[in-house]
Amino acid sequence: MSDSVVVQGLGKRFGDAQALADVSLVVEDGELFGLVGPDGAGKTTLFRILTTLLMPDAGTATVLGLDVVRDLWEIRSRVGYMPGTFSLYPDLSVRENLEFFASVFSTTVERGYDMIAPVYRQLEPFRERRADALSGGMKQKLALSCALVHRPDILLLDEPTTGVDAVSRREFWDQLAALRASGLTIVVSTPYMDEALRCDRVALIQGGRILEIDPPEVIGERYPLPLLAVRGLARHALLLTLREFPHAHSVYPFGEEIHYTDQRAGGDATRIGAELETFLRAKGHQEARAVPAAAGIEDSFMMLMGGGGNRAPRLGVSP
Amino acid sequence: MSAISARGLTKRFGRFTAVDQITFDVAAGEVFGFLGANGAGKTTAMKMLVGLLEPTEGEGHVGGFDVRGQRDSIRRNIGYMSQRFSLYGDLTVRENIQLYATIYGLSTAQIVERSTGLLGTLGLSSHANELVGRLPLGWKQKLAFSVALVHQPKIVFLDEPTGGVDPITRRQFWEMIYAAATQGTTVFVTTHYMDEAEYCDRISIMVDGRIAALGTPGELKERFGARSVDDVFVRLARPAAIPASA
Repeated sequence: MSDSVVVQGLGKRFGDAQALADVSLVVEDGELFGLVGPDGAGKTTLFRILTTLLMPDAGTATVLGLDVVRDLWEIRSRVGYMPGTFSLYPDLSVRENLEFFASVFSTTVERGYDMIAPVYRQLEPFRERRADALSGGMKQKLALSCALVHRPDILLLDEPTTGVDAVSRREFWDQLAALRASGLTIVVSTPYMDEALRCDRVALIQGGRILEIDPPEVIGERYPLPLLAVRGLARHALLLTLREFPHAHSVYPFGEEIHYTDQRAGGDATRIGAELETFLRAKGHQEARAVPAAAGIEDSFMMLMGGGGNRAPRLGVSP
Repeated sequence: MSAISARGLTKRFGRFTAVDQITFDVAAGEVFGFLGANGAGKTTAMKMLVGLLEPTEGEGHVGGFDVRGQRDSIRRNIGYMSQRFSLYGDLTVRENIQLYATIYGLSTAQIVERSTGLLGTLGLSSHANELVGRLPLGWKQKLAFSVALVHQPKIVFLDEPTGGVDPITRRQFWEMIYAAATQGTTVFVTTHYMDEAEYCDRISIMVDGRIAALGTPGELKERFGARSVDDVFVRLARPAAIPASA
């Protein structure tokens, strides 16, 4: 078995903006691989190169063993691609869109039916409805069906869940898990860090550079400093007080908690928790509790971004 | 007096009821999260509150002004930041600030004072003459928020202000929200990031045009026996998708 995607030293520049810089990664056969990063990280540029829509300035990339520059026609026929912007025909019906995409690849909806069925079945009752009259979640399902109808050997999905509500996002990831279970290789990008947990491996990407590539659970384990979850009332005041603690590395709101990272590598988190509680009590936060916590993808991402966040919000932090 | 109040606010488009009798109050200085699935009616409700859509039925007041008869007054007295970036990319940072300050009727002296102050607070003084289109997304979003507050409104509406922004900038953005709320500004905000819902004083969750739940994040989690607002949201927004035992 060969690797499905091999990217080596890939670079791409638009004017004076370096969209991708020395990007290398390997996606194994049958893997659900996530590219996780904010807008402007370079995710779309990487997808466009992998789908042969853009040429790289530097480096090489192969998809299914085919070179993205030399073998573009063969790659195009074997890849299922869902671009980041809705790219179906709004004035065609669900059925017409599917038939169109099937015909572009010289096949029929019937021949691709078993492939699209798990996704398409929910749409089928609405097959005569115009695409622009579908809800956000249904449009997304139609776009995925259209990307699958020619039975591709690999799926490339660029931010399929952006702007989609939390419920539809869960459903979509359930469908990706089902496709992965059928053996399909999937590369998917997302700005939502929590979605990284649904992937076999993820590449964290920011400012055109790969920060780390690992299984999601490993990324958290690699967190280099003691991390504590702090709870209390008056959360904003608590946050500002925590930043005054002499050993604070970074302090960020995290859902209903505050994540506090200590500068002292290897420090005992339980003891740090006790120190923090004493400090907070002296500052009037009697009720505050600080307990050791496991780092998640978002903690790691911020650490890798170089976010010593122990400062007031100002511009000039992002590259 | 409430900063925002809605009493049976309703909007119908033909036979379709987009917003169905919503009733709620937002207190002055509160950070109020307005959640809902795509198509639940959030945007329509928000458009009625900011004076962009006439309600079909019901009453609403924003900053003391009536959402029916005083829509112009509402628009002049609130701040609004839309989902997608609302500044002009081919104007400089300073020009954008000046443009919005002028639209909101500030005097020349005020415009000079606010632009300088705002550039300083944002740490953008050295970038004042750069085109906004060339700024990184995170900077643009924070600038857009500051511009929405340039006329010092008592109430600001933010429609998915942090979409696609990196996690550090997203949190810095929320600190700006906290800072504004601490100074008494009422913040009405929509988001798809469920962790951000936990940062709000209270949240409402819209389902099919109605407000299905309203309370502090803690109250809602307790009421639904859920671990996070995300769980509450999923249960309410698509009950059929979750088995009863889950």
